[in-house]
Amino acid sequence: MVKGNIDSFESMGLVDGPGVRFVVFMQGCPLRCAYCHNPETWADEKKIEMTAEELVKKVLKYKPYFGDDGGVTFSGGEPLRQPKFLLEALKECKKYGINTCLDTSGAGDEYDEILDYVDLVILDVKAIDAEKYKALTGQNIERYNRFLATCQKKKKRLWLRQVIVPGHNDTEADILRLKEYIKNIENVERVELLPYHSMAKEKYKKLGIKYRLENVLDMDKEKCKKLEKLLNN
Amino acid sequence: MKEEYEEIYKGFSGEKWRENIDVADFIRENYKEYRGDDSFLSPISKKTKKVWEKCEKLLHKEAKAGLLDVELDAVSGINSFKPGYIDKKNEVVVGLQTDKPLKRIVNLYGGTRMADKALEAYNKKLNPTLEKYFKEFRKTHNDGVFDVYTPEIRRARKAGLLTGLPDAYGRGRIIGDYRRVALYGVDTLIEFKQKDYAQIDISSEENIRLREEVAEQVKALNSLKEMAKGYGFDISKPAKNAYEATQWLYFAYLAGVKEDNGAAMSLGRTSTFLDIYIERDLQRKLITEEEAQELIDQFVIKLRLVRHLRTPEYDEIFAGDPTWVTESVGGMLDEEHSLVTKNSFRYLQTLVNLNPSPEPNLTILYSSKLPANFKRFCAKISIKTDAIQYEGDDVMRPIYGNDYAIACCVSAMKVGKQMQFFGARCNLAKTLLYSLNGGVDEKSGVLVVEGLKKNKEGVLNFDNVWKNYLKTMKLVAKTYVDAMNIIHYMHDKYAYEAIQMALHDTNVERLMAFGVAGFSVAVDSLSAIKYAKVSPVRNDDGVIIDFKISGDYPKFGNDDDRVDEIAVELVKAFKSALDEYKTYRKSIKTLSLLTITSNVMYGKKTGATPDGRRAGVPFAPGANPMHERDTSGALASLNSVAKIPYCDCCQDGISNTFSIVPDALGKDEKSMVKNLVSILDGYFDQKAQHINVNVLNRSLLIDAMNNPWKYPNLTIRVSGYAVNFNKLSRAHQEEVIARTFHTSR
Repeated sequence: MVKGNIDSFESMGLVDGPGVRFVVFMQGCPLRCAYCHNPETWADEKKIEMTAEELVKKVLKYKPYFGDDGGVTFSGGEPLRQPKFLLEALKECKKYGINTCLDTSGAGDEYDEILDYVDLVILDVKAIDAEKYKALTGQNIERYNRFLATCQKKKKRLWLRQVIVPGHNDTEADILRLKEYIKNIENVERVELLPYHSMAKEKYKKLGIKYRLENVLDMDKEKCKKLEKLLNN
Repeated sequence: MKEEYEEIYKGFSGEKWRENIDVADFIRENYKEYRGDDSFLSPISKKTKKVWEKCEKLLHKEAKAGLLDVELDAVSGINSFKPGYIDKKNEVVVGLQTDKPLKRIVNLYGGTRMADKALEAYNKKLNPTLEKYFKEFRKTHNDGVFDVYTPEIRRARKAGLLTGLPDAYGRGRIIGDYRRVALYGVDTLIEFKQKDYAQIDISSEENIRLREEVAEQVKALNSLKEMAKGYGFDISKPAKNAYEATQWLYFAYLAGVKEDNGAAMSLGRTSTFLDIYIERDLQRKLITEEEAQELIDQFVIKLRLVRHLRTPEYDEIFAGDPTWVTESVGGMLDEEHSLVTKNSFRYLQTLVNLNPSPEPNLTILYSSKLPANFKRFCAKISIKTDAIQYEGDDVMRPIYGNDYAIACCVSAMKVGKQMQFFGARCNLAKTLLYSLNGGVDEKSGVLVVEGLKKNKEGVLNFDNVWKNYLKTMKLVAKTYVDAMNIIHYMHDKYAYEAIQMALHDTNVERLMAFGVAGFSVAVDSLSAIKYAKVSPVRNDDGVIIDFKISGDYPKFGNDDDRVDEIAVELVKAFKSALDEYKTYRKSIKTLSLLTITSNVMYGKKTGATPDGRRAGVPFAPGANPMHERDTSGALASLNSVAKIPYCDCCQDGISNTFSIVPDALGKDEKSMVKNLVSILDGYFDQKAQHINVNVLNRSLLIDAMNNPWKYPNLTIRVSGYAVNFNKLSRAHQEEVIARTFHTSR
């Protein structure tokens, strides 16, 4: 059995998918998003190593809380960076009837079989323009586009997310464009806008990584809610 | 039963409850489960609004002054005070403790020194003639206790090893079955008591005591009748309708809080009982839903006004002037049917109609099998008000049946069939330090527990420490049981709760409730000794005053079996240490992990501990993991607490206070409600016993601490009870703020 490399766990995730969820933050990410609030998960360094069986044994302790739609969410980092382990872990979850969510930016290559064991994909729409995507993440948008196409082909249920950063994508025009873009995507059950916050600054300092949004203010939560309404109406 | 009552009982089914005093049978035969939602509920009525506005003004005045008024010309008693009203023409339920709202009673039977100190703190002076004769001719509970206390007990009290013992104030935690007065009327209750009395032979000291007690009970029932008469009600016969049932029941409770000043004067389990009357009246078109809500709102207003006279020292262990008018709502009848009725909803609705309030202490007897609509309504009210607590019906019902209620915070007992000898708590963190220091107190240097040797190790060895800890627990348990036996002997003798006991079966079962403070500190200390390297730092006298810890260790509250097993072993060990000693009146020993707010005071009195906690730092409350050490998320924290055994071990309750920030609970009200229900289902399905739920931000509490006037109604759950945040001392506020607030990352 291949071992997974995990940054940390959250035994009570209530905002990463439906219901009460055990969240697995996996280590390693190919993207370097300017606003990332978990930069400690970027590097491929070894953190908590465990097999899929060991992981699911841990998850099962929380099964009583899952109710009818809670379960596990694989997040990160980028969970698709460890496809072999992720597949094993998902299969193991399904053995016990645990609902599964994949919280991803789509930046992976090997996910065809993985998606067959995922009940819901939470897809982070970093940006819809190739240039903006590159500027924000440091990577090309192609992998994201391919991943989304595969989800569409497999008719996967989708929750879409976008982090709203002042001065970057926070105008009504930005949101209306996003709305147009989402219109063409099928099986979207929910779209969430997450207000950017700078609480991770300290982490960057500790890790010795330059914080690229040094002069950007936190996104106003109320304004973000209004934009979300505009998007969903 | 008398034939003349047939008219009164028309529409009620069942036989057993007519033959004997059996309220539980009456409920089973007549209640109507409600599985619908909250849409039927009514808002506050005009009358209620008028009454409540007057009360709010007085409450505001009281909050500023600490004490509004006190009766100085009479001492406690069922019928010692003139009738009092708030706003007579708008009051649907009447009756106050004294002749004016919020005017407190002086109770001298527990001890005159406490009353003196309390009066002194507010610059009041009791009527000198009254004081003179009472002190001259009447011995008190406190006098009796100190006549008999051993040197061991005195030392343990002084050092803060045993604290909060009810040796100078009313023990409380006795729930009269106040429903009996409504269902049967006082005359029938007297008849039954007289029958019991006649059957008690005088062959033993025990029986003579019981015979005298029953005689006192009958006198108390007669006083209750007289007191009600003062308000213009004849309660000798059963209540005829919902208004009378509520009023009769309230008079019975009121008699209790006029006579006694126990720490917790809990109400019991009344909502479903009263629903039977309301349902019958609704069917007969004698009452509307608006009027039913008005009746309950006004009843609850009365419960919110209950007060006792306390000293500043008392406030340290029970902060925020709590009265624990605990009312248990919900619960299951059997595996399929719940005891939830429309009135269960109405009780919770009072928190909306009358704003959040700590009292009455609304306690949901929770099971995942309760109707989904009711669970959602409870969660909604929790999120909105932070005023209710939840207790596991699935662990308690098999032990206490389906007509039990909670006294105080977490103490279950069969209503009218069991009572409790309350026993505060023993500081198990200090006990651990004594086991290392040969019984010498780490702060004062005084020898408190005799017969122990000093630990001389450079690095503490777990097996040795554990062995000595067990030995110390046994010695401390002996002192603790001795103290409890003395206290309750004297309490029965000098401050007997005649009216509350009159509303119990004559052959009542007695529980003796022991308790633990410093639980998670002791557990983490043992874990540190076992898994890290702990080196004691000793002073010149060889007493350990600090610890150096190298390496990490598993901490309680992270669902880590390595340490959680230590937690389980610890409570089992202390319970079996207690089990070696005999109890007064053959009472059954129980144990709780509950500190109320004494965790702050206990921490202050305890030196540095091997878990790295500094001297004087507050303990975590109850069974809670130590502040900010439960870092694996909220559910891991809950799972750790859920492992502590209730049945046969901590059968007096395992209190857990849980705070979560609103943003982490969900994105909108609907998902917050749903998530909270899932958390409660999961927690209680694992046989957990108790949880206080707070949904709030730490920043809000900090703002409230600095700007109290902005938050007059800020209610939070502390430790088995709720308080108005503004009524806490600064030290208590800071401790609450230092607790873990579960967030999402």
